[in-house]
Amino acid sequence: MAMRHVSDPNALPAHLELQRTQLSLGADAPTHTATVEYAGAYAAHDLDNSFSLARFRRDFRVALHHLDEELIVFDLVGIDCAIANAFRRILLAEVPTMAIEKVFILNNTSMLQDEVLAHRLGLLPIRADPRKFHSRAPDEDANEENVISFRLKVECSRQKPDTGKGSNDMVNDRVTSAMLQWIPQGDQQDRFSAQPIRPVHDDILIAKLRPGQEIELEAWCEKGIGKTHAKWSPVCTASYRLLPAITFASTPRAHEKAAGGWADDEAAPRRPTARLFDLAEGERPTPLVTRPRGCSMCLVRPYPNWADKVKLGKIRDHFIFSVETTGALPPEVLFQEAVKVLMQKASDIASLLKDVAAGQATAAP
Amino acid sequence: MSVAESVPPMGEPTRLEVGQQDGASAATFTLHNEDHTIGNTLRYILSKTPSVSFVGYSVPHPSETKMNLRLQTVGPSATSVLHGALGTVYDVGAHVLATFDAAVEEFREAQAKDGQPAGGA
Repeated sequence: MAMRHVSDPNALPAHLELQRTQLSLGADAPTHTATVEYAGAYAAHDLDNSFSLARFRRDFRVALHHLDEELIVFDLVGIDCAIANAFRRILLAEVPTMAIEKVFILNNTSMLQDEVLAHRLGLLPIRADPRKFHSRAPDEDANEENVISFRLKVECSRQKPDTGKGSNDMVNDRVTSAMLQWIPQGDQQDRFSAQPIRPVHDDILIAKLRPGQEIELEAWCEKGIGKTHAKWSPVCTASYRLLPAITFASTPRAHEKAAGGWADDEAAPRRPTARLFDLAEGERPTPLVTRPRGCSMCLVRPYPNWADKVKLGKIRDHFIFSVETTGALPPEVLFQEAVKVLMQKASDIASLLKDVAAGQATAAP
Repeated sequence: MSVAESVPPMGEPTRLEVGQQDGASAATFTLHNEDHTIGNTLRYILSKTPSVSFVGYSVPHPSETKMNLRLQTVGPSATSVLHGALGTVYDVGAHVLATFDAAVEEFREAQAKDGQPAGGA
């Protein structure tokens, strides 16, 4: 008979199942924070704790909660922290974007030193699909496949007196990202006719000028990853939190709520309550946990003896991801790219491993 | 499907060294230009594999871009077990991608039906 799996219903005693599936928040510190990983960890219960793809495919769920041009919020349920964290790390550091990497300064009489100006240009998010470009090797020539070129030519001057404005008004005293002019190379004009390449935002201040000062430069965008420099990071934030689990240690009574024993008590209106609880109608009104997702894990702590009344935990395999893009790619595409990077990593290392194994086989007598 | 087309290699390429003594069931794999991202993922998958008796990884120093993965098995060759784990990581990724794509599609359809963008998080 096949060994039962630890995740089967009623396989483990309730208290062990709770430790396996949730981490608990006590008054002092969280407990049971680590995943039980070893495949034979529950061998004494005659239970299998191994990973199986079939189980993963059966249990894994994704649910979207919010999606717009900048932000995606979604749940990954049934995946371990090790893999979810790999996605987060890849989003921050290994999904490629385009950013200004080379700046050829023809003239710069502004207050900003050339290198400071170049650094500021590098940090501008560029709206260009990085999947349509190759990364440029250090000795490789620039071409339309690996470089986007921008020109910036700004000269600050006094307003002409006859415009009616005061003679002290200046023209071009603020150099903004909108002044970067894309110079299409090769077939780029055709390739990107649907969405011309430009900085994501038009109102980013690059430098300030005074009359007579000018900046003239050409800037080259190249493809890179956040690991090399944070300017290539495609996300403003990519983070996750675990789904809160709130249970009542004892059955609460409505009068306890009225007496100030509960988190979203009306008696404490100034507290930032999340309205986690509702009152169930009935013979004796009973508080219910209705919106655990809104729990920030802090609300009941100011109340005395809260740990006797409410048990706080977090579901170990329920991740609430939040990914905010810098604007180069839509946020849902960023997550898709991150997953592809992990898959690519696995297949790259697998082929390296094959090569090493083949090398050892030929080296052996 | 070809992942290689959409995500070309970036930065320094990964290199692999294998250190092995006394048989094939134990090995230390040194992955150059890799870090916790793949290290912890592999450690998790491997420690959940029944044929593995020990697995651990370390990044010896933050200024050295390398990661060591130590793997000892109950019999099968460490190389083949690691190969299996890499395949599992790939398959997990493929399933996450397919499920995520379906969820996005479903969300868009629901949005179109309601005729309004979905609310806050």
